[in-house]
Amino acid sequence: MSAGTTTIHSDTGYNFAYLDEQTKRMIRRSLLKALSIPGYQVPFGGREMPLAYGWGTGGIQVTASVIGPDDRLKVIDQGADDTTNAVSIRRFFQTVTDVTVTESTEDATIIQTRHRIPEIPLKEGQVLVYQVPQPEPLQKIEPRETETRKMHAYAEYGAMRVTLYEDVAHFGRIAKTYDYPAVINGRHLMSPSPIPKFDNPKMEMNPAIQLFGAGREKRIYAVPPYTSVRSLDFDDHPFEVQTWKGCCALCGSTVSYLDEVITDDKGSRMFVCSDTDFCNTRQAKAAAQPKTAGEQS
Amino acid sequence: MTTNAIRKLTPKPPLLEVSGLCKSYGGQIGCRDVSFAIRPGEVLGIVGESGSGKSTLLACLSGRLAPDAGTISYDMKDRGPVDILTLSEPERRRLARTDWGIVHQNPRDGLRLDVSAGGNIGERPMAIGARHYGNIRAEAQDWLQKVEIDLARTDHRPRTFSGGMQQRLQIARNLVTRPRLVFMDEPTGGLDVSVQARLLDLLRGLVRELGIAVIIVTHDLAVVRLLADRLMVMQRGRVIEQGLTDQVLDDPHHPYTQLLVSSVLQV
Repeated sequence: MSAGTTTIHSDTGYNFAYLDEQTKRMIRRSLLKALSIPGYQVPFGGREMPLAYGWGTGGIQVTASVIGPDDRLKVIDQGADDTTNAVSIRRFFQTVTDVTVTESTEDATIIQTRHRIPEIPLKEGQVLVYQVPQPEPLQKIEPRETETRKMHAYAEYGAMRVTLYEDVAHFGRIAKTYDYPAVINGRHLMSPSPIPKFDNPKMEMNPAIQLFGAGREKRIYAVPPYTSVRSLDFDDHPFEVQTWKGCCALCGSTVSYLDEVITDDKGSRMFVCSDTDFCNTRQAKAAAQPKTAGEQS
Repeated sequence: MTTNAIRKLTPKPPLLEVSGLCKSYGGQIGCRDVSFAIRPGEVLGIVGESGSGKSTLLACLSGRLAPDAGTISYDMKDRGPVDILTLSEPERRRLARTDWGIVHQNPRDGLRLDVSAGGNIGERPMAIGARHYGNIRAEAQDWLQKVEIDLARTDHRPRTFSGGMQQRLQIARNLVTRPRLVFMDEPTGGLDVSVQARLLDLLRGLVRELGIAVIIVTHDLAVVRLLADRLMVMQRGRVIEQGLTDQVLDDPHHPYTQLLVSSVLQV
């Protein structure tokens, strides 16, 4: 959409996608800069959104700046399409844009996510928007931002390994399971937002555009398509993802990220896919398939 | 005379050469027109009362403070003598992390208190590219032994260490990358006398064994008597007397040095 035309949304009186065109242009400029320096945190003039900080204000602003009337939007929270955060953000965009929404990963052109990357591999042309609470991976080790900026500028990432060293010294392995720091394009250290480290390998050489928005901290960063994403590790303690003993209790998947769900107050529990679209699709497929000869009685 | 003998007799080129260094804070003079040279393996003591500009001088030398005038030439491993003030910031930070060490008076300034002792020592090797946990840990433990810290405390946080142990850990953390020049700011300040003596003993051994050049700032004349080869006495930002340590302490010429030497308590 050109900046000159302002489309006032018919029902609400808001501009298309809530933000005014100048704000969108400003965010798009930051996005372009972020894409040209993979992993670098670009400051941007974050706006107040009709949503509390910590609920995805950064992600919403990024989505609002890249969305067009022809897009199909999918919103997930912890992999699920039907949890509070996902439902309210999806309803927000339905109200202010009228775009088609979908739960299908394959059909979506923009996927806004909190804490997960969908199990189905993304394709070229798709945009994955992450909600980021804390964009600075070095913050725990160095609280001064003047200093962390220098550390990024001069690629001084030795201190970050100290946290991994501490894990191995105390637990015998690298114990960090989410928000696992990675080096993007061999240069910038990046916090991948609190996705499980299970999803880190999916970022590597991904054909989709990955955009990260941190609303409270007012930072945008990005991983362009087909970019190397290397998770930090030691030569003798290589990066590993989580594994589970069983499979998903609903769809039988052994390759997806499983959530532990407590089913009663007597200690019963089951493991199910955290990606609901992936799980539902597999269940539907299994139900539609004619039973094999061995199973027929 | 053989060429070998000649080489032995001619002094080594200076590691650090400072000339005309000035630093003032507005109208307040920090240090003024300081010039000296230090050669590899030499220990230089800087003494003077509080406010005489010792710490300002040290901060300028170690690149933490920009001087107003003067040059600081450092003999870099691969490039020869370079004025460190003309180095870019990343180069200077890299130099400070690998070829230099800085031992602060307060170990809290030089240590990560919520990171284990092993991690504190491992930080510098990791910063210059060590990627093997086993090797990093082995090196850290080797240094803990050198500074006489029990290996059972490798994974303990320095917060739980005594003052003397923290100071020794700080020294190990700095020496692990085998720096050629170490700056020490009152390394024994705040320690009781017996711990001071042990620390000085340890420092003297390490400095001689590794051939490190040290610039040590202190107001404690006993420390420089034990450690330093040469001595500089500062007053109001200026160097008023310098020479061999024993010479300056036993035969002080400047009235202020005489006062300083005579005011040491004799037990």
